[in-house]
Amino acid sequence: MKVTNVKYWKYPLTGKVTHIYCNIEGRAEQQQVPIDNGNTDYKNIKVQVDAGTLTIEDAD
Amino acid sequence: MTKAAELAKMGEVLTNSQIGGRRNIVINGAMQVAQRSASVTGIAASTYATVDRWKTAIGSTAGRLTQTQTAITDLSGFAFATKLDCTTADTSIAAGETLMFHQRFEGQDLQQLKKGTSDAEKITVSFFVKGNASATYTCELQDTDNARFNSQEFSVTTSFTRVILTFVADTTGALTNDNALSFQLNIHLHAGSTFTGGSHTDNVWHTTANQRVGDNQTSFFDSTDRTFFITGVQMEVGSVATNFEHRSFGEERQLCYRYFYTMKAATAFMKVGHGRAYNTSNTTATYPVPVPMRANPTGSVSANDDFGVAGESAGGTTGTSAAAETMDDFSRFAINITRSGADLTAGTIYQVEADNNTDMRINLDAEL
Repeated sequence: MKVTNVKYWKYPLTGKVTHIYCNIEGRAEQQQVPIDNGNTDYKNIKVQVDAGTLTIEDAD
Repeated sequence: MTKAAELAKMGEVLTNSQIGGRRNIVINGAMQVAQRSASVTGIAASTYATVDRWKTAIGSTAGRLTQTQTAITDLSGFAFATKLDCTTADTSIAAGETLMFHQRFEGQDLQQLKKGTSDAEKITVSFFVKGNASATYTCELQDTDNARFNSQEFSVTTSFTRVILTFVADTTGALTNDNALSFQLNIHLHAGSTFTGGSHTDNVWHTTANQRVGDNQTSFFDSTDRTFFITGVQMEVGSVATNFEHRSFGEERQLCYRYFYTMKAATAFMKVGHGRAYNTSNTTATYPVPVPMRANPTGSVSANDDFGVAGESAGGTTGTSAAAETMDDFSRFAINITRSGADLTAGTIYQVEADNNTDMRINLDAEL
């Protein structure tokens, strides 16, 4: 899975990082991937991060 | 078929309880539901392009295609098929190249296969296909929990014909009883030596990647003349292909919503929901989905400025999180709206709505 523009997102209400914002497989719409092992996109991102092939930018 | 053989078949059907409803494990087998789009051109990456639940997996190839949910009139009883149309050929096939049309299944929905036990069941897959010319492709069952495969070649002609493939039972490798991916029904349309390099044998469970695709496989990308149509896909327990189980559009759509739901405004200023501003820049709004989703979904929206807040100036929305909050069963979500200009009053209840157009769209994706 090709993931670009990858950045953590912090929920302003709680100040906690809950999502990863990114573009997946070249789609123009920004995807908001929850940090949740049940989510297929998150699992695929995590594999790439663990392999050292993907870096996630810190949240604003 | 002789009378005795016919009775034997009937007996097997009854034994396997295939007479009852819900014989078909496949969702949207008649290609009726297409929430995302009816047609997508230039497909170059793996995607759920058009019809719900059906993923086009494409890898390492220069070949490109258009995928369409197309109305058909040449197959009695079916209104739609998925059409794949090669738009860029790739006749130099590198090892890892692939094009696959497939559906993924949760393990908890396949326990009736008794896979990995001494009572394991045969599985019968049937579907209607045609193409621009004769071709041979490969249909595969893939156990993703245990990395096991079983595939069979099938033929395509220029008229719709029903392909029926019965797969032997697999007494090795049980499927995990949860909501995660356990199993795939794959139609291989193009494959490099990573999938074809070994000696393929039809209808044998194995673990060897380069034996997955048949030796007579046609490449879908061999010519821009190439088309492939498929509908009426059914996967059922046992060795008998029963008639395709037609479900109503409403039933089929409800089943699809577990994996993907798109909410789209049909009128300007359509209301999404209500919620309380917790500072001058952010407010939330809760909204339900038609059925609980499989898992915490990936959210996306059409564009930030497609969302507004009633009573405030148009536009001015600079950020959205489609599913910032969720119920435990993924039946209800809260969207978070970030506004420019600090035009909200903390503690006030606001109505989040579409802007003055019908562009607003929220997508929730919980596919496997």
